[in-house]
Amino acid sequence: MRRIRAAVTGAVTLSLAFTATACGGGESGEATPKTLTYWATNQGSSLEVDKKVLQPELDQFERETGIKVKLEVIPWSDLLNRILTATTSGQGPDVLNIGNTWSASLQSTGALLPFDAKNFEAVGGKDRFVDSALGSTGVAGKDPAAVPLYSMAYALYYNKQMFKDAGIAKPPTTWDEVTAAGKKLSKDGKWGIGVEGSNLSNNIHQVFVLAKQHGADFFTADGKADFTSDGAVAAVKQYVDLMATQKIVAPGNAEYAQNQSLSDFAKDKTGMVLWQTPSQTFASQGMAPEEWGVVPAPVPAGKPGQDKQTNSMVAGINMAVFKNTKNLDGALKFVKFMTSDEEQILLNKAYGSVPPVKGAQKDPAFSDPSLTVIRDTLAGSAAALPQVPEESQFETVVGTAVKELFADAAAGRPVTTESVRAKLEKAQQQMPKK
Amino acid sequence: MTRTAVAPTSDPAVRKAAPGGAPAPRRSGRRRIALPYLLLLPALLLELLVHLIPMLMGIGMSFKELTQFYIRDWSSAPWAGLDNFAVSIDFDAPVGQALLKSFLTTCLFTVLSVALCWFLGTAAAIFLQEEFRGRGILRTLFLVPYALPVYTAVITWAFMFQRDNGLINHVLHDQLGIGDSPAFWLIGDNSFWALLVVSVWKGWPFAFLTVMAGLQNIPRDMYEAAALDGAGVLKQIRHITLPSLRPVNQILVLVLFLWTFNDFNTPFVLFGEAAPEAADLISLHIYQSSFQTWNFGTGSAMSVLLLLFLLVVTGVYLLLTTRGRKTSDV
Repeated sequence: MRRIRAAVTGAVTLSLAFTATACGGGESGEATPKTLTYWATNQGSSLEVDKKVLQPELDQFERETGIKVKLEVIPWSDLLNRILTATTSGQGPDVLNIGNTWSASLQSTGALLPFDAKNFEAVGGKDRFVDSALGSTGVAGKDPAAVPLYSMAYALYYNKQMFKDAGIAKPPTTWDEVTAAGKKLSKDGKWGIGVEGSNLSNNIHQVFVLAKQHGADFFTADGKADFTSDGAVAAVKQYVDLMATQKIVAPGNAEYAQNQSLSDFAKDKTGMVLWQTPSQTFASQGMAPEEWGVVPAPVPAGKPGQDKQTNSMVAGINMAVFKNTKNLDGALKFVKFMTSDEEQILLNKAYGSVPPVKGAQKDPAFSDPSLTVIRDTLAGSAAALPQVPEESQFETVVGTAVKELFADAAAGRPVTTESVRAKLEKAQQQMPKK
Repeated sequence: MTRTAVAPTSDPAVRKAAPGGAPAPRRSGRRRIALPYLLLLPALLLELLVHLIPMLMGIGMSFKELTQFYIRDWSSAPWAGLDNFAVSIDFDAPVGQALLKSFLTTCLFTVLSVALCWFLGTAAAIFLQEEFRGRGILRTLFLVPYALPVYTAVITWAFMFQRDNGLINHVLHDQLGIGDSPAFWLIGDNSFWALLVVSVWKGWPFAFLTVMAGLQNIPRDMYEAAALDGAGVLKQIRHITLPSLRPVNQILVLVLFLWTFNDFNTPFVLFGEAAPEAADLISLHIYQSSFQTWNFGTGSAMSVLLLLFLLVVTGVYLLLTTRGRKTSDV
């Protein structure tokens, strides 16, 4: 009998213990934890490449501080959901990378540590960072929710041999020139320019810049969604028209979402792509650096600059600290390490991006022509995506609208100002009411 | 548990291992009643934890204005009353319209998918009922889709459905010359049919397996008697096989219906974060409404509505089928 009782008690205790851990008890009570968990985004051509780039640096950090960093590289498709889950459960990593466009959205959840004066001081000061990069770290007027880690911007990449074969003397700098060049290139199964019609974020980046060029924004000054202004409609139509009416984009691009447009480019099937720092991907697809050229992304007319001459969003990755971290001191030390001049030079070199840290930008590694274009764009003609809490929703609903319009264009259905406006109207009504 | 395992024995260890069977001679009545329940307790606790509590939380969330501002502590979100439900079923506004369209798409999709799964599964099971060379191999092959991990299988389908480099268009367009230009399968209207193909491919082996098991219970001599009376194969299927399979089919169709109606993995892996309008199944739609527009309150309300719908359908179905069965048994 006693044995039965013992067995039953054991079973119940075990199940209760299981319940407790499943609820997220976790380990705690450690006075000075000697480990950090770090979620890195996928920057290189694969998750493995990222581990190879980052692990030696994390080992270096451990040698310097005695703090071990547990690395997890997370694919883009999972990252936002993983962060949301971590936010809800409170069980997240100590330090994480986020896409800089999400800064304001994630800031609004209250899960990220605000970088106030004191925290900025702990990582070396705000002045070390480039202004444009700091513009994508959270809502203006609030303490940033993250610090910039890697910077990128859009530029126009073109295939030198295809341009030569089509008799195009100089790479295009305005949209009219892009269309003209595209028409010369689009024949015999080859196409002018590549798009990623099913990639919601990429769609947003492109139509955001075009909207700026039409003098419009997707949010009003007080942060309300404003998707159906004439400028916004014209911007979306102009982008989809590259396929629908200009016919310089292959219809198949409407279903691209996995960077297939880059492999088409590397395989000489597409003459141009608008992209952020694709040099590593081109190389991994077997394209030699001398086979492609790069110029600033196109503007309506003239030269890139502010406002209507905006030709890129401020792209990049930020580094944030999870507010629930049990090792705040170590987490800030790690952010300081990753944003130090030496690490910035090394990491940005490995990823083909530009350091958002002024000191590191001076390194000669970042003055080759392709990176100079990016650097100049970031300094003079790039604009940050709206830093509003609803940015993430905006990416989803407007990105989906553009995807659906591309599907219409690919199927040969007309894309008109009315159909564009209707899709954007629907997108706007799907935004959560405030 | 088999009979032999509960045979009375003097070994106490063996006796304890057999709680539900023959009574151990010296056990008191109350304990005997309590023990099975105690042994079920861990499972009950887990069921509570994994199913019931989240479900109740979801119902709670559906009455709150739960956006990203409150997900760190959802209980602090402002009370929304029935607003989330009102938005979900306001069929004149885009959110309700999209939900209704997605619901109707899912209904059509489910009916087609379940019918095809059932038909293919039953046909294959009947075909493989007779002994012949290679029957074992065929049986194994037919179960392959069921055995493969969903993600791997569906991502392979996604590759095959690609317009320019996929196998489907290579066969249909390049080799058979169907259509003027290669068709899109992953965007636009065709995506519905692409999703149906994958769903049936994935679902019919379960029907096959279930019907095959059901066929084992039909006595062979019924067929022999029917054959002696001059009934052909079709007549035998109609008058012996199908009626005998009735109880099996009743559960099979219900399970297939619930799985297909709620299927999230297939469209999510096939189409990614935003399904084309033509193939916007309701689970993915609700996922997008809650996790991608971060409007968890409305998403929860939609889930509660879906739950209610499935409960009603299941209830009515069970009522109708069991009543029918009782009268036919009489």
